[in-house]
Amino acid sequence: MSAAALPFRRQLLWQKLTGAGFALPAFLLLLALHVVPLLVLAGLSFTDYELGVVTFEWVGLDNYAQAFSDEVFRRSLVNTLYYVAIVLPGSVILSLLVAVLVHQRKRTRSFYEIIYFLPVTSTLIAMATVWQFLLHPSLGVINAALRKLGFGEVPFLSDPDLALPTLAMIGIWQLVGFNMILFLAGLSSIPRDLYEASAIDGVGNGVDRFLTITWPLLGPTTLFVIVTTSITAFKVFDTVAVMTKGGPQGATEVILYAIYLEGFYYFRTAYASVLTLVFLTFVVIFSVIQTFVLDRRTHY
Amino acid sequence: MQATLSTRTAPAGEVSPAAVMIRRMSGLFFVHAFLLAGAVFILLPFVWMLVTSIKPPEEVFSAELSFWPDRFYGLENYSFALTAAPVLRFALNGVIVCTGILVVQLLIAIPCAYALAKLQFPGRHLLFVLVLLALCIPIQVPALPIYMALAWLGLLNTYFSMMVPFFLSVFGIFLFRQFFRSFPDDIIHAARLDGMSEFEIVWRIVTPSAWPAIAAFSVFSIVAHWNDLYWPLIVISDINLAPPPLGMMYFADAETGSNYGALTAAATVLTAPLVVTFLFARRRFIEGITMTGVK
Repeated sequence: MSAAALPFRRQLLWQKLTGAGFALPAFLLLLALHVVPLLVLAGLSFTDYELGVVTFEWVGLDNYAQAFSDEVFRRSLVNTLYYVAIVLPGSVILSLLVAVLVHQRKRTRSFYEIIYFLPVTSTLIAMATVWQFLLHPSLGVINAALRKLGFGEVPFLSDPDLALPTLAMIGIWQLVGFNMILFLAGLSSIPRDLYEASAIDGVGNGVDRFLTITWPLLGPTTLFVIVTTSITAFKVFDTVAVMTKGGPQGATEVILYAIYLEGFYYFRTAYASVLTLVFLTFVVIFSVIQTFVLDRRTHY
Repeated sequence: MQATLSTRTAPAGEVSPAAVMIRRMSGLFFVHAFLLAGAVFILLPFVWMLVTSIKPPEEVFSAELSFWPDRFYGLENYSFALTAAPVLRFALNGVIVCTGILVVQLLIAIPCAYALAKLQFPGRHLLFVLVLLALCIPIQVPALPIYMALAWLGLLNTYFSMMVPFFLSVFGIFLFRQFFRSFPDDIIHAARLDGMSEFEIVWRIVTPSAWPAIAAFSVFSIVAHWNDLYWPLIVISDINLAPPPLGMMYFADAETGSNYGALTAAATVLTAPLVVTFLFARRRFIEGITMTGVK
């Protein structure tokens, strides 16, 4: 018995060793790039450490108190949520509409798919520079068109009331194609005979068909798109960094830009780590909702 | 499909075929009008980028709205963009960084995913839970401590510093694990009986079978890191190391900032590689980028 079992047990031990060996590099990197940085971040948040300064002191919850009473940080949080509040409905509704219409096309489907997906593949920083030029008060084509139509010049990026909605519009421009593809995947999983059955039952026009079949069956996809769009919109940074740098008058200060400035521009490391933890809290909340949604989806 | 539906729903005898036809045509008209209007909105910056990149300055700065340039100025703009700033260097940096990240990601994620999917080892469950938790942590969270470590080690302003936070792709591990789990155990057992080592099994048997997942993951990884601004902005101050987004930002901030002809030429050069690849490998591309969405 032992003669046969020994090679087997040795094989099992060998398998355990190789398994651990295969997983070890990933495990070490996971510690170095995620676990340890998170612990360091948490520790830093209770100090007054600034990068380059040799000593530091423990200050308890001072940084947290400061963050929640900080006018700039509160504004950047509100601005970020305002941005999400525009991009979320804008991109979800638009992409759903586009997806439903594109899904019914046969010959022109790939034509529209390519066009709408184009912004997803392009470098946002480069395109943001182009948008800045398009929106330029005197040189931009959009204002030139508005002038021609008899409207005045619109200072899209220098008017505090318009700057954030303008960035949100670019956010929608970038996201529509991505969400459209997700919706198209959801649409193609709806059985075709449902539509035929509903036609026999007398569900006549397209709007009725959409409300009775498409919309309910697309529910899980829609929830999923809503969560991923919220996370993406919450992480807005690129357009702010290139086009407005937080201005005019702080109207486009967003949470990641605030973290970037505190942590890597003013080097107020401890304070930046508190802001990072607040940012992480929001992302985790979104992710928990996402897991919940995904769970519902698999049981659907 | 549409045709059969609408004729079936039309009550027999009341609506003439011509009326049905007209209704269908007008419906189609509105659908395409809507989709084309959206397409114009999407394409506007791309088209305007291309035409501006071949316009001379006096036409760019003229208040008159004109689409096509009267004087072709493309050579001047593109050569200015390529010489005034190292735009090709930015693209090369992008290639180096993306390749480096992708290669290390695959080398680390594939064996780990195989071990999680097919091998028993201590700490397996803990590791998988950590992978799932790490999935929801964006780079901006560990950025600060990693930056401090790199500064302390004197590694800022290197290709390594641009790549290191992304060496581990928990998403890659998660994806490949799902893929490997459906790989037949019988084949692995047979390979073991043939005397193949686990190392050979991973790289010569399991990995080739996962080709579609690897291709999709590669697209996802390359697009993400070609376009990433946040991390390079933090660790790179040497313009010669800048990847495309950071280089574009330097170029736009520098004195060339109001030279829109050259600026759009640079934007075209830096956007082109991914867009052209997308046009040639559309299915793979869409699959790869939206994979995060349907995981």
